[in-house]
Amino acid sequence: MSDTTKKAFTGADAASWAMKQINPDVVAAYPMTPQTAIVQNFARYVADGLVDTEYVTAESEHSVMSATIGAVAAGGRAMTATSSAGLALMAEMVGVASGLRLPMVMAVANRALSAPINIHGDHSDVYLVKDLGWIQVFSEDPQEVYENMIMAVRISEHPDIQLPVEVNQDGFITSHAVERVDVLEDATVQEFVGQKKLDKYLLDLEHPVTIGPLELQDYYFETQKQRNDAMFKAMEVIPQIEAEFSKITGKIYGWLEEYRMDDAEVAIVVMSSTAGTAKGVVDAMREQGKKVGLIKPRYIRPFPADALVASLKKVKRAAVMDRAISFGAEGGALFNELSSAMYQRDGQTHMQSILFGLGGRDITPADIEGIFQGLLDGDEQLIKYVGVRE
Amino acid sequence: MSPLKTAREIPIGGMIVEPGNSLNYHTGSWASKQPRLDIAKCTGCAFCMNYCPDDCIKSGQVDGQFRATGIKYEYCKGCGVCVAVCKFDALKME
Repeated sequence: MSDTTKKAFTGADAASWAMKQINPDVVAAYPMTPQTAIVQNFARYVADGLVDTEYVTAESEHSVMSATIGAVAAGGRAMTATSSAGLALMAEMVGVASGLRLPMVMAVANRALSAPINIHGDHSDVYLVKDLGWIQVFSEDPQEVYENMIMAVRISEHPDIQLPVEVNQDGFITSHAVERVDVLEDATVQEFVGQKKLDKYLLDLEHPVTIGPLELQDYYFETQKQRNDAMFKAMEVIPQIEAEFSKITGKIYGWLEEYRMDDAEVAIVVMSSTAGTAKGVVDAMREQGKKVGLIKPRYIRPFPADALVASLKKVKRAAVMDRAISFGAEGGALFNELSSAMYQRDGQTHMQSILFGLGGRDITPADIEGIFQGLLDGDEQLIKYVGVRE
Repeated sequence: MSPLKTAREIPIGGMIVEPGNSLNYHTGSWASKQPRLDIAKCTGCAFCMNYCPDDCIKSGQVDGQFRATGIKYEYCKGCGVCVAVCKFDALKME
């Protein structure tokens, strides 16, 4: 294990500190609450000469992603960050980045989409872009943000993957709450991320290439299949990169984190900061002899169906919590993908969809205890809102 | 035309790694109509050559005079701009 220094960091601090240590060639950004703290910190590192990065202050997120795409296509290592409306505005270019197979890392402080306008945390922004070909990793706390950011560079740039990675954290709840974060030495991070080595890029004048040409009925479909194949290749590569990083941090990562699942009868599946709240509830209910457990998915793209179903099959009943509504769908997006994966693998676990926490609405330990108790009592309701005044 | 390649065979992300390979892309198949040249009426004004967005008008010497000499039909998409700018009725869409 490598030496670490203790820092009092918000999730935003953790993301920008990782960016400082990665020292990318280009960062393009536009401030968007609650991501602003990330790019503001990074702008200070640039102004203070602590990084070698070319910092591009673009006039919109569409331009931010365009500039980032340009920088990566040219051969550089580029990063950015955004939230909510910013992610929505850049959505066209988000798909271009992955479609052109340009590795980059984007920190996203997840925030509700308008309307009504709301600056607080939910997952409606990331769900909007989850099918655009980016690897999507979720962070429970600032420590996980920091580590995910560093691993994301290697995952993104792996020659068999070459896909952009979005590192998600809950807006305000994680991005603005201070916790202890153990940070690595700059040199350790630099050594882990290494030099970017792609064999084809625009500024390689000896081997000229065209990036982003037209493809019609004859080739577009093949290129999309390649992009999907890369996602599934990432299923093989991500565990290897995580194992390598584990040697530095001494931690175990993986597609999901199981918390007290060994003899659990019921479980909650929930991502990001709510998993932290739920762990406390699991401990309290275990004290009362109730066999409850938690599954925290870390990735939803690629979707680790085998790992999640294997974990879910340990319990009789499970509630899958989505912090966004897929309007008109039968339950939340994560619930639906998990239900489908469960059915395909002949799983018998009874599944319930929980919709919660929109627009930063508090999700309390009592709320989570209520969900667990419902599972233990055999609650048959398929879709349940938690925390809303119905 | 060469046989279409598979997803495993092509560069990722639609990248073109052979410069100038648009020469292999015969966009003439897009056309529903294409221009016909009557060299006898051509005065060599070169309007058609300068206006053609795909550089499809061939030129050369005819009896010692500069003239349009033909159309590259494999690339002509049939936009008709050459016909529209020709002042001498030397080009017609067919």
